[in-house]
Amino acid sequence: MNVHLKPIHEIRMTRPDDGIAPGKPLLVVDNISLAFGGVKAITNISFDILKGEIRAIIGPNGAGKTSMLNVINGFYHPQEGTITFRGEKRSRMRPHVAAHQGIARTFQNIALFKGMSVLDNIMTGRITLQNRNLFWQALWRGPAEQEELEHREAVEHIIDFLEIEHIRKTPVGRLPYGLQKRVELGRALAAEPSLLLLDEPMAGMNLEEKEDMSRFILDVNQQFGTTIALIEHDMGVVMDLSDRVVVLDYGRKIGDGTPDEVRNNQDVIDAYLGVSHDE
Amino acid sequence: MLYREAGDFKTTYSLDQQTFPIRSERWLFWLFIAFAFLVVPFLINDYWNKAVLMPLLIYCMAALGLNILVGYCGQVSLGTGGFMAVGAFAAYKLMTSFPGMDMFSVTILSGVITAAVGVLFGLPSLRIKGFYLAVATLASQFFLVWMFNKFAWFYNYSASGQITAPERTIFGYAVTGPNTLPWATYLFSLTIVFVFAWVARNLTRGRLGRSWMAIRDMDIAAEIIGVSPLRAKLSAFAVSSFYIGMAGAMFFANYLGAAEVTEAFGIDKSFLVLFMVIIGGLGSILGSFLGAGFLVLLPVLLKNIMVNQLGWPTDLAAHIQIMLIGGLIVFFLIVEPHGLAQLWRITKEKLRLWPFPY
Ligand SMILES: Nc1ncnc2c1ncn2[C@@H]1O[C@H](COP(=O)(O)OP(=O)(O)OP(=O)(O)O)[C@@H](O)[C@H]1O
Ligand SMILES: [Mg+2]
Repeated sequence: MNVHLKPIHEIRMTRPDDGIAPGKPLLVVDNISLAFGGVKAITNISFDILKGEIRAIIGPNGAGKTSMLNVINGFYHPQEGTITFRGEKRSRMRPHVAAHQGIARTFQNIALFKGMSVLDNIMTGRITLQNRNLFWQALWRGPAEQEELEHREAVEHIIDFLEIEHIRKTPVGRLPYGLQKRVELGRALAAEPSLLLLDEPMAGMNLEEKEDMSRFILDVNQQFGTTIALIEHDMGVVMDLSDRVVVLDYGRKIGDGTPDEVRNNQDVIDAYLGVSHDE
Repeated sequence: MLYREAGDFKTTYSLDQQTFPIRSERWLFWLFIAFAFLVVPFLINDYWNKAVLMPLLIYCMAALGLNILVGYCGQVSLGTGGFMAVGAFAAYKLMTSFPGMDMFSVTILSGVITAAVGVLFGLPSLRIKGFYLAVATLASQFFLVWMFNKFAWFYNYSASGQITAPERTIFGYAVTGPNTLPWATYLFSLTIVFVFAWVARNLTRGRLGRSWMAIRDMDIAAEIIGVSPLRAKLSAFAVSSFYIGMAGAMFFANYLGAAEVTEAFGIDKSFLVLFMVIIGGLGSILGSFLGAGFLVLLPVLLKNIMVNQLGWPTDLAAHIQIMLIGGLIVFFLIVEPHGLAQLWRITKEKLRLWPFPY
């Protein structure tokens, strides 16, 4: 493909600005509690995510991190508490509505569309930005093709940015694990989200792959200005990447602050060293 | 014709997403279409029209429709026969209520009516999947056939319970009724299939098609990237039923001329079209055509060989045919779930490199 490529920061952003000034809260989680039957996954958690920051969510296995992301993008409905996104308070909403508001995510267990190519997978990320109606789509020639080409171009830049040009047309099922994670990031980026939720993007990767992924996350944050919530077990990565960290344990918040503050917090140290809970 | 892509570079994205990216293949395609439109009408006779070409075109249409639902959106359906019946009865009621309406409008409107019915019977798909959905659509098959038998209004209270297509002409040539000419019905059906195959291709390569495939591959992830499952599933049912309804309308009005619902649109139709989609290739436009072609032509071919050439008894030939098709379905399900379309793709890849495989 002989296409002249623009640097990543020149990519036109299609989604309108979210209207939140840098450093102001983009998302506020207020007193959220979530239980599955008798199992309390999340208990009274509150924190905020500021526009433009990388906010890490850490904690031991089963702490409720994934559940927290699921609450944020509307996949789980909490029994108590509210979520305020871009200044709008909401309690129950469907995930596809959250997607339209500008929340994108990747999954702990890769959730790509196995039957589709890398290109098509990333193109699906732009579904919320495409809006030609059935008639134009049926006709193809004209507005629908025009729209498709615009989005194809944006997607090609993402493919370029993630350095996966060579596998553009490969069905994702055939790719190794590390590349699949990268494609999944690409699909989330394609939505040009205001808030990007990453659930263990580096799990199961080797050192080199982790370094690549860290670089992508930092670039996305700095060049697009995308706000990121990051769940990660690798403490080194968390300390390097994140601006602020929230620590969960058994569904409760036990720490919140800069990486340094959190590192020196006694509760956090206890939780990670496995000091027994008196319950 | 050499099959080569050397020197065939793609310099823009629009060239990269063409239907036939390789030049020689594009030429072959248009040659084939020109042959179908300009040459076949002069060669056609009644036998070819009735035994081969009309069933081929009509089943291509039905298979396209079912493939959109099953192959692209991953929603199983055993209600194809019932939806073809909706198309047929819609065409009948339209033709008898509005004698002035032309056949293109009748066929397309029959599709639209079937689409509405399809959405209704697609509602359970919002709650159930897979096997349970298959059973629900099976129920709709039986319900629809029962309904068209039960309420005499549908067949205009005719004594036989049959519906019979009155004569309709296009440019003065009859395409329905007793006085049709083979080339006229053929050209009429070919035009509709050609146009709507192109529409199907367009719908499946854009946003709508991707939202269907996303639902098929992983519905939870699809919802999280912004696909509304309700809209994706119901639009797949609507578009799919639209095609199947038009197939039903053509089957009745242009092909059979008169039909009795239990006989013409029974459960065997549902299975036949499903087999076409499986053998041809799930999630492939080309596969719909290959599957329909295969299952329409194979019986004709086998009958010609076994009965006419070898002189075997008809029932023996029929049994061998059933066994053969059964075996093929098992083969494709196990060995090549992507069907004939995938075999064709693999052959092309081999051909592309031939004679130097490295
Ligand atoms: N759908 C569900 N049904 C029942 N229980 C659930 C469900 N989802 C999560 N849980 C429970 O909620 C608790 C928190 O799980 P969660 O997946 O959020 O943890 P996590 O912090 O992401 O852990 P990990 O680091 O292992 O990914 C666990 O006890 C889990 O069993
Ligand atoms: Mg988790």
